[in-house]
Amino acid sequence: MGTSYNGKLLRINLTDKTIKTEEIPYEKAVKYIGGRGLGTKMMYDEGIAKVDPLSPENKLAYMTGPLTGAAVPTGGRYMVITKSPLTGMIACSNSGGIWGGKLKYAGWDGIIVEGKADTPVRIHIEDDKAEILPADDLWGKLAEETDSELKKIYPDASVLSIAPAGETGSLMAAIMNDTDRAAGRSGVGAVMGSKNLKAITVVASTGKVEAADAEALKESNKESLGMIKENGVTSGGLPTYGTAVLVNIVNSVGSLPTRNWQGSYDENAEKISGEAMTEGALSKNSFCHRCPIGCGRVVKMDDQEVGGPEYEVLWAYGSNCGIDDLATVIKANYWCNELGLDAISTPCTIASAMELYQRGYITEEMCEGIPLTWGNKEGVIEWTKRIGYGQTELGKLMAQGSYRLCDHFGHPEFSMSVKKQEMPAYDARGIQGIGLNYATSNRGGCHVRGYTISPEVLGAPEQIDRNATEGKATWVKTFQDLTAVIDSAGLCLFSSFALGAPQYADLLNGATGTSYDAAGVLEVGERIYNLERLFNKEAGMKPEDDKLPKRLLAEPIVDGPSKGSVNHLDVTLPQYYEVRGWENAFPKPETLQRLGLTN
Amino acid sequence: MIEVRLFATFREGRDKIIHLPEEGHPDAGSVIDALGIPRGEVAILLVNGQHSKPKTPVKTGDVVALFPPVGGG
Repeated sequence: MGTSYNGKLLRINLTDKTIKTEEIPYEKAVKYIGGRGLGTKMMYDEGIAKVDPLSPENKLAYMTGPLTGAAVPTGGRYMVITKSPLTGMIACSNSGGIWGGKLKYAGWDGIIVEGKADTPVRIHIEDDKAEILPADDLWGKLAEETDSELKKIYPDASVLSIAPAGETGSLMAAIMNDTDRAAGRSGVGAVMGSKNLKAITVVASTGKVEAADAEALKESNKESLGMIKENGVTSGGLPTYGTAVLVNIVNSVGSLPTRNWQGSYDENAEKISGEAMTEGALSKNSFCHRCPIGCGRVVKMDDQEVGGPEYEVLWAYGSNCGIDDLATVIKANYWCNELGLDAISTPCTIASAMELYQRGYITEEMCEGIPLTWGNKEGVIEWTKRIGYGQTELGKLMAQGSYRLCDHFGHPEFSMSVKKQEMPAYDARGIQGIGLNYATSNRGGCHVRGYTISPEVLGAPEQIDRNATEGKATWVKTFQDLTAVIDSAGLCLFSSFALGAPQYADLLNGATGTSYDAAGVLEVGERIYNLERLFNKEAGMKPEDDKLPKRLLAEPIVDGPSKGSVNHLDVTLPQYYEVRGWENAFPKPETLQRLGLTN
Repeated sequence: MIEVRLFATFREGRDKIIHLPEEGHPDAGSVIDALGIPRGEVAILLVNGQHSKPKTPVKTGDVVALFPPVGGG
């Protein structure tokens, strides 16, 4: 029986330059679905949890899911799984574009890269053949130039690469693909840079993925596509305004953090909103492979057209840095893409530096001509470049992320991070569930491990009280488990505005030959979430790492509609451990037994 | 006056901010009706930044914000 798995893994050792093909047993693949789940399983079994993340002993798994490349809506994602140098825990960063689809079409389910090359190298894959080639001439080049240089050699290739931030070892370095798509978070680009690996190009001569039951998959695809077309978010809000539409909504409930979370309501948010971007800067939508939604933006920047900023970036460079100028945010976002920087962590680190400057811990002299004043439009661009290129003493410190920066100045409390990774654009003081999700996210401060903003703010699938603590533990667990399924399948999280566990089960069943129902597929998600937690335990995570910054727990919001709110993690966290079957932040033996994780 | 703030596609053919008198608009639902927006198209209804229902009373000085279905991440 054919399935949508290729059953093949490419293992490349950059130290001894060996290239091997390994079989991925079907039973192992379906137990963890693929992508995020299977990648975590392989990395856990291979023992990278205990290694130095920037040493040759760390490994990078570039994984597709069983629905990556398949003819299903949003089936175009790949994931990078490794040990994060930012958090010291599991990293799983997810990206769209077409690179993941090409890897699948070339005949692979994933690539594991290990070791370290002596000098800069790149990997080229053409169907079942792979080779390691010198890349000295590409080292130092920006993302777009790297892409165009490699396309001169391989016009039909999709290009994945790091840019200067990964080469200089910024712990906020991203892996870029297709010029402006990013596996952005947790410093995965720094791991790639530490191996002297600049790029991976993929050329595929086919464009097809098999299915276990082609007719069943076709039916499930038809149903899912219909639901996406009928859903107001996936057929209206996201295509028209992109994720940027959230700026005005989140600000309207008083949960848009300003000036490094010192405030939570931005009087000028309208100027950096999705509505403003659509009216003043949007050229066209951009679509990832197999995506019917098209939330991506192509926007005008001076006389060029460039990839537009997401909601997170509009907030992080905008309200969080005291900036209300859309053109500045577009330019800053462009530089994050070109330098290969996480466009959430980088501006959040700049915001934390601005607070250190505001309070006098960073002096004008340390700024070397570019003061870290709130609202400094040219300043945020220049500091982004200094971070990406590793320039100036302060720029090098900032390149290590906000936690290490603030800790250096003796004030880690000004780092708005969880597990040393910067939190995204929703103030958890007025939204209880998302705070619990931040605190318990296995990869640190992150919204897309369990996006409870959907029910707590956006009213989907139903509106729940954002200020209440009751029931949030179950919501968070369910969203975290479902997201693990979506990521592992190779689909985009945004499909979940229209689809639910029954549709994901049907799509997987048609593609892989499984027979999951909704509960069954959610249990696989739960298995994956628990396995990530086991990775973190082995990596040295402590129960006290499941926490939020003091500001969110003890400093009530000072302005806007959520004034007076704090997060009640002391209430929700014990409830969460209870529903997860965890004790002191880790799975109980009976939970591991139930989920088949005992060996 | 009640201040009504419209977002996303609700701005098509309408101003971003509209003021309505308290008289004749006792609740959020009557505000939505006055703008000619079908109630079923309102995905998020806020009164003074708090999620509300059409029957939520409104008065002079209140801010009503209306959003169609939207999402992101």
